[in-house]
Amino acid sequence: MNYLIGAFKPPCHIKIIFADAKTRKQVSIKKENGQTTMVPLFQSQETIGGEVSIEPLPGKKVEHIGVKIELLGQIELYFDRGNFYDFTSLVRELDIPGEIYERKAYPFEFSTVEMPYESYNGVNVRLRYILKVTISRNYVSNIVEYQEFCVRNYTPTPTINNSIKMEVGIEDCLHIEFEYNKSKYNLKDVIIGKIYFLLVRIKIKNMELEIRRRESTGSGPNTYVETETLAKFELMDGAPVRGESIPIRLFLSPYELTPTYRNINNKFSVKYYLNLVLVDEEDRRYFKQQEITVFRLLENQ
Amino acid sequence: MRLREDARSLIFTNLCSMLGTFFLGLGSVYIKSKEAPAKDILKDLVEMCRGIQHPVRGLFLRNYLCQISRDKLPDIGSEYGGDGDSINDAVEFVLQNFTEMNKLWVRMHHQGPIREKEKREKERSELRDLVGKNLHVLSQIDGVDLDMYRDTVLPRALEQVVNCKDDLAQHYLMDCIIQVFPDEYHLQTLETLLGACPQLQPNVDIKMVLSQLMDRLSNYAASSTEVLPEFLQVGAFAKLSNAIGKVIDSQPEMPVFGSITLYVSLLTFTLRVHPDRLDYVDQVLAACVKKLSCLPRIEDKKATKQIVALLSAPIEKYNDIDTALKLSNYPRVMDHLDNATNKVMAVVIIQSIMKNNTYISTSDKVDALFELIKGLIRDMEDTDDEELDEDDFKEEQNSVARLIHMLYNDDPEEMLKIIYAVRKHILLGGHKRLVFTVPPLVFSALKLVRRLHCQEGDVIGEDVPATPKKIFQLLHQTVEALSVVPSPELALRLYLQCAEAANDCDLEPVAYAFFTQAFVLYEEEVADSKAQVTAIHLIIGTLQRMNIFGVENRDTLTHKATGYSAKLLKKPDQCRAVYACSHLFWVDDQDGIKDGERVLLCLKRALRIANAAQQMANVTRGSSGPVTLFVEILNKYIYFFEKGNPQITSSAIQGLIELIMTEMQSDNSLSEPSMDAFFSSTLRYIQFQKQKGGVMGEKYEPVKV
Repeated sequence: MNYLIGAFKPPCHIKIIFADAKTRKQVSIKKENGQTTMVPLFQSQETIGGEVSIEPLPGKKVEHIGVKIELLGQIELYFDRGNFYDFTSLVRELDIPGEIYERKAYPFEFSTVEMPYESYNGVNVRLRYILKVTISRNYVSNIVEYQEFCVRNYTPTPTINNSIKMEVGIEDCLHIEFEYNKSKYNLKDVIIGKIYFLLVRIKIKNMELEIRRRESTGSGPNTYVETETLAKFELMDGAPVRGESIPIRLFLSPYELTPTYRNINNKFSVKYYLNLVLVDEEDRRYFKQQEITVFRLLENQ
Repeated sequence: MRLREDARSLIFTNLCSMLGTFFLGLGSVYIKSKEAPAKDILKDLVEMCRGIQHPVRGLFLRNYLCQISRDKLPDIGSEYGGDGDSINDAVEFVLQNFTEMNKLWVRMHHQGPIREKEKREKERSELRDLVGKNLHVLSQIDGVDLDMYRDTVLPRALEQVVNCKDDLAQHYLMDCIIQVFPDEYHLQTLETLLGACPQLQPNVDIKMVLSQLMDRLSNYAASSTEVLPEFLQVGAFAKLSNAIGKVIDSQPEMPVFGSITLYVSLLTFTLRVHPDRLDYVDQVLAACVKKLSCLPRIEDKKATKQIVALLSAPIEKYNDIDTALKLSNYPRVMDHLDNATNKVMAVVIIQSIMKNNTYISTSDKVDALFELIKGLIRDMEDTDDEELDEDDFKEEQNSVARLIHMLYNDDPEEMLKIIYAVRKHILLGGHKRLVFTVPPLVFSALKLVRRLHCQEGDVIGEDVPATPKKIFQLLHQTVEALSVVPSPELALRLYLQCAEAANDCDLEPVAYAFFTQAFVLYEEEVADSKAQVTAIHLIIGTLQRMNIFGVENRDTLTHKATGYSAKLLKKPDQCRAVYACSHLFWVDDQDGIKDGERVLLCLKRALRIANAAQQMANVTRGSSGPVTLFVEILNKYIYFFEKGNPQITSSAIQGLIELIMTEMQSDNSLSEPSMDAFFSSTLRYIQFQKQKGGVMGEKYEPVKV
């Protein structure tokens, strides 16, 4: 479909302009070709409105059998490339069949759109929102224009937020007790905690805290799991002795985290884990992984 | 707000890398920006440094923290806050850093392979200043006043020191605490500080620590007299003494020299701070005695050295042996020294007396003193004779001899007592020492005799205990003691001295008795011919000066003397002794004896002997000896001639001169330059007298030269 457009130059320019484009916050997203562009940011229940302008090339006219704009929420799984699962699809008819000779503008509005999921660009999966304008034509292919936008949803601070506290170890070898102050962190949060050494009989070289992202896609036998280490943070250097307690301060803001996504449209999940790793002098690694929930807190709140 | 968040996150995010130092630096900048209270940031920083558990890296990081935070501590007058609370924070911060650093430092000792232990210990001791710096910083915080120091800083620091149970650390940190904080703080917190000492590890060199503390305190006391009341107020001495006792008790393995060093420091402290409290000094010595008494005799060189130091300290301080003699424990400490050291100590004591010209003025003190230096006065039970070096022995005994002259009192009665006391002691000394010790005693006694004689006018009466007679009796016995040595020459001299003194006191029988003794000695003991010559000349000389003898006594003695002279072995000696005897008959005094005839007899006899000597020489060597004897006799003639002896005539002189000339010109006489010179100057003298004219010139007129 695309190369047809390339072969036959579209006879018009289509522009989608958001109503509040000048004031709305923009965020950068990564496109398929690796480049980043700025797109406007919305959240669920917002009204998305604006104007579509169609300007035929000078001396040409556009014959059509209708102009429509769609708001689509799509999930694209990379192992199933090219197939989009639309979980949201709204359509507005803009024009009845006819001909366009000169620049013509169509206002549009999708009011209080339900956009339950956030835009996400992962390893194996992508969730995106687009506005799609289609000029339908007879005999020749439709003229299509996309405008992507980004959606982020905010969660209020959870009322129950227990700390993670656990004692782990290897018998007669290493016993530690660690504590992270919360189990749910917002994206700009600080992980504060400490590690208390109850028994140390191995020579520890250092200790790190890793933030890992686990993205699982598909379901059933076709589940793909991809784990990335987003941050490696050295907590301690050298060998501690019994009774030593090592503080943790890990600021999350420098890392590109997303909120935790659980079972998005039965297609994928994104979870975050804190992995405490102790490395001994022979480079053996001892670790304990703990899931944390990451949520997005409305900024400037 | 935003910037602040970022700065914080940056600081902590990367703290653990070796870039940690950089981020601490950032932290310091952040404090300067004053966006957050300094104390919060400092607290965070010191807490986060825990992430570095690697000892060396941790130490350096924390050291850096300490360094950059120094000028940012919320102290009084600092721009980062300064009320009471924030000083607490600052102190808390430094203390915490100190505690953690010390932990890391101590841990170095335990980590790593055993074979590199030594190397590691060396490294550790090089790193110690990093830890100590914290204490230094603490001491520089203005807000740390005495109360804060007493209530917070010191207990916390000591707690850390005691609990770390590490030798190196404990020693260094104790030292550090002592050195960095002001003296008055130490003085006020002595109890706490000292309380920590017995809790230290047994291998820690507590004596060094305590000595340094005491040195500091004593310097402090010396710095100004105003602080002395403080010392009294806190009872510094009692506390220190107590603490030392505890330390010694709690560490039975401590070497002897260690405990003695402690006592030395305590003593030094006492002497400087409480110079007036002799009882303190005695207490210290008593404690030392107590410690020593449960040990076998000290063999350890170091320990001995320390004891010497201990004993020398009071002497040096008071510059007066009197004070030392008052210390009842002083001799008891000396008892624990080995013989050699005992002697050294005794010499030190004597030298001190000499240097300061201290007169020992009562017999009690003399007794005490001799008890102290008994190592020099008598043989110890287990001395090996071989180990004695002759020169050393002489040196020692000479110093004792000098000492005897320092025992002096203006009051004759007391002086006599002193002499009795000295005598009692030196007679125990054995024959080797008597040679050295008797003469000074004798002279000291003679000095007393002379003094008594001078003031005889004032003190008369039989009840006076100190009479010359008594002293002479004493002397008699004393010199007699020398006979066992045997040292007849010395005894003879002393007898003669006594005789002369008796002469001055108009005690004829005494003098006579002494002379008799001298003669007896001469006859019976002086066998060596050279010694005889010397002795006879001494006898003659002394006898010549005696003026109290009656005719009879004198005759006996002079007769004896001339008799002995003629019996000397060698002719020249005979000759010289005989012509010397001539003086016995001619005392050039107003009422002296002037027996010209016997003078002439003597001289003639001398001439005869000289002749005989000449002939003997002719027979044995084929040449006659020098004419020395003749010239000497000629000089005697001239002397008596001038003195107006009627028996000596100018013709006799003339004859003698001619005799000498002939002798000199004879073929077989040896000419000797010195002899010729002697003779010609004699002739020149006669010539001179003649030319001078006057009475003397006339007298010489008949003599032709």
